[in-house]
Amino acid sequence: MTLLLEQLLNGLQFGVMLFLLAAGLTLIFGIMGVINLAHGSLYMVGAYAGTWVAAQTGSFWLGIPAALGAAALTGVAIEALVVRRLYARDHLDQVLATFAILLMANQLVTLIFGRQPLYTAMPEALSGSVELLPGLFYPPYRLAIIAVGLLVALGLWALINRTRIGMLVRAGSTNREMVRALGVDIRLLYTVVFGLGALLAGLAGFISGPVMAVQVGMGEQILLSTFVVVVIGGVGSIRGAFVASLALGVIDTCLRAYLPGLLRQVMAGPEADALGIGISSMGIYLLMAIVLLVKPKGLFAGNG
Amino acid sequence: MADIDLTHGAQAPGRAPLLRALAALVVLAALPTLASALGYPALTSLVTRILIYGIAAASLNFILGYGGLVSFGHAAFFGIGGYVVGILYQNYSDETLFLGLVPGSNQMLITLPAAVLVAGAFAAVIGALSLRTGGVQFIMITLAFAQMLFFLFVSLKAYGGDDGLIIRRTNELPGLNMRDKEVVYYVCLGIAALFFAGLARLIRSPFGNVLNGLRQNERRMVALGVAPYRYRLVAFVLSGMGAGLAGALMANFLRFVSPDMMHWTKSGELLIMVILGGVGTLFGPLIGAAAYLVLETLLASWTEYWQLGLGLVLLFVVMRARGGVRALIVALGALLPGRQK
Repeated sequence: MTLLLEQLLNGLQFGVMLFLLAAGLTLIFGIMGVINLAHGSLYMVGAYAGTWVAAQTGSFWLGIPAALGAAALTGVAIEALVVRRLYARDHLDQVLATFAILLMANQLVTLIFGRQPLYTAMPEALSGSVELLPGLFYPPYRLAIIAVGLLVALGLWALINRTRIGMLVRAGSTNREMVRALGVDIRLLYTVVFGLGALLAGLAGFISGPVMAVQVGMGEQILLSTFVVVVIGGVGSIRGAFVASLALGVIDTCLRAYLPGLLRQVMAGPEADALGIGISSMGIYLLMAIVLLVKPKGLFAGNG
Repeated sequence: MADIDLTHGAQAPGRAPLLRALAALVVLAALPTLASALGYPALTSLVTRILIYGIAAASLNFILGYGGLVSFGHAAFFGIGGYVVGILYQNYSDETLFLGLVPGSNQMLITLPAAVLVAGAFAAVIGALSLRTGGVQFIMITLAFAQMLFFLFVSLKAYGGDDGLIIRRTNELPGLNMRDKEVVYYVCLGIAALFFAGLARLIRSPFGNVLNGLRQNERRMVALGVAPYRYRLVAFVLSGMGAGLAGALMANFLRFVSPDMMHWTKSGELLIMVILGGVGTLFGPLIGAAAYLVLETLLASWTEYWQLGLGLVLLFVVMRARGGVRALIVALGALLPGRQK
């Protein structure tokens, strides 16, 4: 029972990480109609910048503004230099241009920081473990990640439903042309949304540092899962992204934790482990295929 | 998928290109002799890879450039083709039966058609499901199916899992010494020539015209009484079969298959080749494959950070030269004296 609860918390933690990335991606998708394969690179940029500053200054907390700033600046630069020219193009051009950015970002990071993974020290205050329930010990750092993710979700909800920018974002994802026709500076809105998405990706990258290694290619691993989240949730829907990321986080974590054990009951150990890991990696893609076959536009499409 | 408008592409090949294709074929036939005479024997194996990737990219281009369907999972069929050859060889050398039913084989006349058929069967299932969506969702669902197959093969320890499967000897063809790399090159060249001849006919056929029409204006085609789903599905299956053929040849050429053949970046590479060569042209993907592989070889020999250069070139082509390298060559050719039209 405690093991199951622990896995659920792990799943929730992975889920909110996915949400931090998916929120930006789904807005960029929904409002600008751009498939941004470089979103994972922004995650990586945030992770490297934050980790580097944290290591230089010795303070985890100084890493946060560095990660946010670096990712947001990179995002705005990518938008202004490349993505802005692709809004009117078809998806194929967007996929390839952002794929090119992804290749270059990986190489640039390798050039600057080398191939060795970096590790972030956990902040003192959040290291160790706390006893949540009798017998259930859990690292407070992971609890903090969950809290940050939920706070961001709440903040985004407020931003989108309660502010003027949010109103424009909602309007933009429903009908881009109409928003432009009403005299809104849509280019500025696009840059702001892209920058915001980059900021969240950078945040996700940095806070994942102490849990996972900071290395080149970290972006691609999580990028594909994030796309699955966005497509399942319905392109452009923050609510869909939230529900889908938490669900996928929990499902993926539980499959990885329990499937090899279940398979070991019916077949030999190492083969069961390999097959179990393989099938649990397939799980989220299978889920996406099933969702798309039932609802071709995703679960929450068109709800803004 | 009406949002995909590839205005520059999709012409039917005329007569002058036929002559040019024959000339290219003659040059390619003389290539191994030329390569060893010039002291670049490695050129032959580079061109073999170009031919094989050219087949895969042209297959992708058939649904992308002519059909308007952006498949981001075509490496799956490439990998399936390779694994059919690999698995049949393993069963042949172990003298076991695949799934206890099918005996193995090392005869290319058996393994190639088998690879094409199996890839086609996978394409039929994946296509039948994927074509129910469109636009971004189509891109993502094809990617999802490719990822599923990728992880499936990673987890199959019986077929090498992560490490892949080594094929000790290239498949045999009666009367030919397939251990000679030059012979393998000529086999690939012959198959590529047949493939492109068939593709040219297919593109000009009524079927090719319907597919082209569906890309340009689906509503009009529906009004003419065409059922889009069926045409697209057949096109998707044919395209998957082409990629499977390329994968089977690649497995024979490298004598190795691994899940990397179906990694999503491989699907990206195939898309890059199509774009580099020019979407919706018959030989564009072959030129694109050549451009990509030559660029990769040159940059990789120059710096280990070759992907940086590749990224820059790719970005430039996407942003500036929409017809790809082929359009660039045509534009340069028009500048040459005596070639103005």
